[in-house]
Amino acid sequence: MIECKNIQKIYVNGDVETKALKGISFKIDKGEFVSIIGPSGSGKSTLMHILGALDSPTDGTYFLDGAEVSKLDDDELSDLRRNKIGFVFQSFNLLPRTSVMRNVMMPLIYSGIDRTKREEKARECLRYAGMDEDKFYNLSNQLSGGQMQRVAIARALINDPAIILADEPTGNLDTKTSHLVMNALKELNDKGHTVVLITHEMEVAQYANRIITIRDGEIESDKIN
Amino acid sequence: MFKDLIQEVIWSLMGNKVRSGLTILGIVIGIASVITMVGIGQGSKKSIETQIESIGSNLIMIMPGSQSVGGVRQSSGSAQTLTEEDVSAIKDKVDNIKAIAPSVTGNYQITAKNNNTRTQVIGTTDDYAMVKNVTLDSGLFFSENQVRSSAKVAVIGPDTSESLFGTEANPVGQTIRINNVIFQVIGVTTAKGGSGFNNQDDVVYVPMKTSQNYLAGNDYISNINITVETQDAMTQAQEDIQAVLLETHKIASTDDADFRIMNQNEIISTASSITGTITILLSSIAGISLLVGGIGIMNMMLTTVTERTREIGLRKAVGVRKFYINMQFLAEAITLTFIGGVTGVILGFVASYLLTVFFSLSSSISLSSVLLSFGVSAAVGIIFGFYPARRAANLSPIEALRYE
Repeated sequence: MIECKNIQKIYVNGDVETKALKGISFKIDKGEFVSIIGPSGSGKSTLMHILGALDSPTDGTYFLDGAEVSKLDDDELSDLRRNKIGFVFQSFNLLPRTSVMRNVMMPLIYSGIDRTKREEKARECLRYAGMDEDKFYNLSNQLSGGQMQRVAIARALINDPAIILADEPTGNLDTKTSHLVMNALKELNDKGHTVVLITHEMEVAQYANRIITIRDGEIESDKIN
Repeated sequence: MFKDLIQEVIWSLMGNKVRSGLTILGIVIGIASVITMVGIGQGSKKSIETQIESIGSNLIMIMPGSQSVGGVRQSSGSAQTLTEEDVSAIKDKVDNIKAIAPSVTGNYQITAKNNNTRTQVIGTTDDYAMVKNVTLDSGLFFSENQVRSSAKVAVIGPDTSESLFGTEANPVGQTIRINNVIFQVIGVTTAKGGSGFNNQDDVVYVPMKTSQNYLAGNDYISNINITVETQDAMTQAQEDIQAVLLETHKIASTDDADFRIMNQNEIISTASSITGTITILLSSIAGISLLVGGIGIMNMMLTTVTERTREIGLRKAVGVRKFYINMQFLAEAITLTFIGGVTGVILGFVASYLLTVFFSLSSSISLSSVLLSFGVSAAVGIIFGFYPARRAANLSPIEALRYE
């Protein structure tokens, strides 16, 4: 499903070179729930961006569902993100002043799928993510943090992605809501979705079956939970 | 795809009504002010030009010189030196003359039924209408035959008509008394909008012979108005006229001439320098409005799009292709500038109309000012709505998402 071979990422800022990732290799199989954990500055966000096809590695190869991501151009990367990856961000990243339904359907615009089917699919995903039916047409800025993250999860599901990438999904939420959101992700995994979670909190990482620890741009440990 | 694009644009613009409204407002004000400004400028220019043209074009005027009574010089034009022989001599000997109209002027009491007024009576020939650009609102100017036969007919100005017959009545066919001589009114001239001492709308025209015989009682001519064929022939014609008149008056030197020749070129050159200045003034004001409007639109668009960098990042992150993001922002910019542009043009027309009605300014909106203001605003709006969006769409989605 996911195969990283010797992934390196070097940021150049003027004359200063920062090695964010120093050759990372691992595999994730279909249906796994993996946490990537590490303190801030460990390179986990950089790794997440590469896994999410939002950024390309300086060196090394990355295969997602059989496609070599590091060789794709901008449009092909967009298509890959749309078809294979569902994102859940720390800061939710919903369209402001836009209805829940429209937010969830957003990845499907320009996809050629007709409107009624899109709406049907969006409803299905929202229910799946545990969103209350009567909030479907609320504007995104009228929701609570937990509700926003549910909308984001529903949005991540709309394309039936091969993997769901959650980047600190509980970072802006209180403990109680965090549990709800994590349980929602766990449930998705139980239903067969591959979930990759990036976090710096051990408590959150514990929801996964496998925990990869990153420190200073290298894998420190890779353990089954 | 296209339907999706339109829906995205509508949602996006409706989703932030204040932002869209302010952007449109900027465009509306920019365009409307340019159209109104240029409209008023061109209107004033046109009205000055019409007033100059109403005097007549390529005109040469001959007036008698000043008279000396017992060594005291009287005012210019007081002498009675011009005669009908002068007119025929000029007609015969000077080239390039299109029309020649001698006239006799005097002020007389005029009555019609119960009303009376005192105004200028010009005795002249049928050519006068052409020479002085007199046009008729109703009826006819008198004919060559009526001039020759000293017919007692009169053409009156609209102001005179109003004082004698009121606003409603049609004076054509009615009779008036000038100095107790009965004249039949055969025409009313079109208003030229003059006022005051030399009001071209408060005047009575009668055939010259009639005026000389029944009103003035002598054969002298007050002045001679001549239209020259072309503007280029003016100088030559003026010199020739001077030579002919000196000869007929048997005067050796121009210093002793008992007449004065004036030509309209002097008036025209002054007037055209005035209208030129007005045009430059108004064009620069319009230019500045356009610039200010353009900067306003640019600002609005730049802020709006920069503010939405995160949104662009999000769209990219969830897999919307760059092309569609570009198209969406381009379509939004086009929609805003188009709505703003059309409203601006309408508002420009309305503002010009209101200024015309309430401040009696004349306004004339030209297609070029509409196209120019619309074009510049649209170009600025589209470029500055599209360009920063394109730049944002070219950023990596992470950078765009992190943008604050």
